[in-house]
Amino acid sequence: MMLSFTLNGEATTVDAPADMPLLWVLREKLQMTGTKFGCGIAACGACTVHINGVATRTCVLPASVAEGADVKTIEGVASPSGELSAVQAAWIEHQAPQCGYCQSGMIMAAEALLDQNPEPSDEDIDNAITNICRCGTYERVRTAIHAAARARREG
Amino acid sequence: MTEQKSTGRNLGKIARRAFLVSAGVVGGGVALGLALSPNRLKIYQDDVAEGGETILNTWVKLTPDNKLTVIIPHSEMGQGVGTGLAQMLAEEMEADWEMVSIEQAPATDQYINSDLGRGYIVGEGARIPAFAYPMLDFAFLQIAKGLVGQITGGSTAIRLTGYYGMRRAGAAAREMLMRAAAEEWDAPVSELRAKDSVLYHDASNRSAPFGDFAVAAAKFKPNLKPVLKSPANYKIVGTPKERLDIPAKVTGEAKFGMDIIVPGMKYAAIAQAPVFGASAVSIKDPTNAAQQIVNLGNAVVVVDDSYWSASNALRQLEITWDGGNPTLTSDALRKLHNDHLGETHHEEVMDKAGDAASKLKSSETLSVEYAVPYLAHATMEPMNCTAHVHDGKCELWVGHQNPITARDETAAELGLTKSDVIVHNAYLGGGFGRRSETDNVIQAVRVAKEIGAPVKLIYSREQDMSNDFYRPAIVSRMRGLVEDGKISAMDHAYVYSDAGMPDSERPYAFQYEVANKRIARHPYESPIPVGPWRSVDFTQMGFFNESFMDELAHKAGADPLAFRLAHKSDPRHRAVLERLADEASWGRPKTPGAAQGVAIVDSFEAIVGQVAELTIEDNKRLRLHRLTSVIDVGQVINPSAAEAQIHSSVIFALSAVFFGEITVSKGEIVQQNFPDYDMIRLRNAPVQPVHFIDSDHPPGGLGEPGTPPVAPAVTNAIFAASGVRVRELPLARAGFRSA
Repeated sequence: MMLSFTLNGEATTVDAPADMPLLWVLREKLQMTGTKFGCGIAACGACTVHINGVATRTCVLPASVAEGADVKTIEGVASPSGELSAVQAAWIEHQAPQCGYCQSGMIMAAEALLDQNPEPSDEDIDNAITNICRCGTYERVRTAIHAAARARREG
Repeated sequence: MTEQKSTGRNLGKIARRAFLVSAGVVGGGVALGLALSPNRLKIYQDDVAEGGETILNTWVKLTPDNKLTVIIPHSEMGQGVGTGLAQMLAEEMEADWEMVSIEQAPATDQYINSDLGRGYIVGEGARIPAFAYPMLDFAFLQIAKGLVGQITGGSTAIRLTGYYGMRRAGAAAREMLMRAAAEEWDAPVSELRAKDSVLYHDASNRSAPFGDFAVAAAKFKPNLKPVLKSPANYKIVGTPKERLDIPAKVTGEAKFGMDIIVPGMKYAAIAQAPVFGASAVSIKDPTNAAQQIVNLGNAVVVVDDSYWSASNALRQLEITWDGGNPTLTSDALRKLHNDHLGETHHEEVMDKAGDAASKLKSSETLSVEYAVPYLAHATMEPMNCTAHVHDGKCELWVGHQNPITARDETAAELGLTKSDVIVHNAYLGGGFGRRSETDNVIQAVRVAKEIGAPVKLIYSREQDMSNDFYRPAIVSRMRGLVEDGKISAMDHAYVYSDAGMPDSERPYAFQYEVANKRIARHPYESPIPVGPWRSVDFTQMGFFNESFMDELAHKAGADPLAFRLAHKSDPRHRAVLERLADEASWGRPKTPGAAQGVAIVDSFEAIVGQVAELTIEDNKRLRLHRLTSVIDVGQVINPSAAEAQIHSSVIFALSAVFFGEITVSKGEIVQQNFPDYDMIRLRNAPVQPVHFIDSDHPPGGLGEPGTPPVAPAVTNAIFAASGVRVRELPLARAGFRSA
């Protein structure tokens, strides 16, 4: 089917089977490879994007769900001029990524959390960020989320 | 095992041989050039030098605009290796860090880690760890399979490539630039100085950037023994430089093997034999779902225009498998282990002193059995490889820990010469040892050859988890006797299957001073594939030795940390334990009501002591509050990246301690995905204070040493909290779960 949605602020039309997961539409049909395949059962969070502002795991989500929606991926987090978001900047400042493979999903989850909750507690972070990282970046991810929250409040 | 008995002599012998060989090599003017020979520069300049660039030596590229590229012969899998190595080179070169970037070395012979062998050339044999002996042999003679080339593993990048290669390459490059400037300025070299990528001749008030001399410098023969800086003058090494690979990892731009797109590329989904050793004897496609089917024998592949459609079609196939052992179970494996520990079975004595057997006849002897399970690697990026066989060549796109081996085995598979296989090494979405294997590479190559088009082969998570080279399960029997508050004798017997750990690293050693001891392993061939898993044999041995040490301390009625100190005289080990007692507030838990456990393991030339602090709530719900690490790794190259490696090792180990267990039923791996092979997440990750001992000692490895002490630190804390001694992992086996 022809699928139309807004991708990182741009109107996008793509021909894909209706039940093809959005992850593979993004990665293979649109060649947006920042969103990652990790588990295929929405357990690890590597495939997280925003759909109408909600952090959503896309590896089992039929692409048809995105019809008419506003979709944001890791490639659309920085401004069009390349200015990093507060979360991305905090991620670099605190040197959060290691191998980096899960970090797109981690950042998308963190962005959505801060959009809803500008001053999350540790417990809020624990509950909202359930992504798996095999490199064990959790401590720095937590620090970076608090730092980004501060920067967003002050910015 | 004669090797262990003669470690000292071995060192002398190899060092001597290396000297002889190196003398020949120097005389002939060839092999040294892997790093530094002008001959090699000429031959291989085309590989990485682009227009206007001049290669000073294999690891440095300097352009007239003064930009410096450090070429990294190791794979980036999260450890920040490129940044650390570049820091070491830039430091000795007196380069401006702002001008430095890194580039992955191509998988060609001239980038093989000959620096691992260079220590011998320049006469520093005594400092090369035993681990590297097989690699050293390669540089000049032959090499054991699996240790060829650009291997990233064994925590060797900084301690070998960096310490012996990068530092010297940087210093030699600086000397070449200074000689070029001296000629140009008609001034003695001794009057020149270098700072922040600029050369100065103060007497004539002249200065110019390095880049001005890039071309002229290349004509000088590099000095093999350049003057190295004193650590006291370091400005770049020892500072927390931001990792150069991180910016692309927060914007989605970083390209992992999974992300490679080749024009005209097909996608392949794979179903490997569910029983190890079985083959597909019949493949039916009742719904005609598959665009193209490739039978690899022990695996069936469907090729299509998207991975999703390929995997859908694969699910529609009716495949009949035959062969292997469909009756194998975890219980049978455990019985196999126990049988191999029987006295009649062949054993290899790894370490022996005094007469442990006589001593251990005492009725006071403590005799216990430990067991650890098979473990999967479960890298976040499932195994994948993109291959294109065309025009008598093969191109590979893959994130691999050992791209040279991937190249060589591909060449052998296709009957090509090695130089006709081109490996494009991408970022690795985790490695941990799994990406040193070549199964996925050869599968992709065979499919690509069959279909005549570029193809990206992707493992589903289930395929990845059930077709691993697992950390071996081990059953261990320990016996020990405490007399007058000290261990008078100990004996360790364990089953052993080879996961690629060189004995020369002595993972089996009981790292305490005991007069009477005997350590013997009982080798057996694991019926399921095994391979290196972060810290390799040290994970299991660390758990056995440090659990047993705790049990003996309890038997002696001694404080576990003090008991360890009482059996160690090595000042570095003692300093780690003493600092750990202080930093972790040993005996005075920071969390009210919490219990503490301690462990210390020396591996890959790094000494890591850890204290776990936890409370046990109702129904054996375990809350791990803090895990404090104190490390003596010698000189720390990048404190931020070093801390991250410890964080990483600890979480990796904790996932295994709490949840990690691969089991077998009807010949098949039971665990398939994260729900049944669970992971630590943010909510159950402890706070992790990390402290490094200040040291000028040459750097050790750091990718792995943080892992081994974690399990025993946690189980020792559980004992302190509850009196329950956990002798089998994971904790779930004893009914403990994460709060």
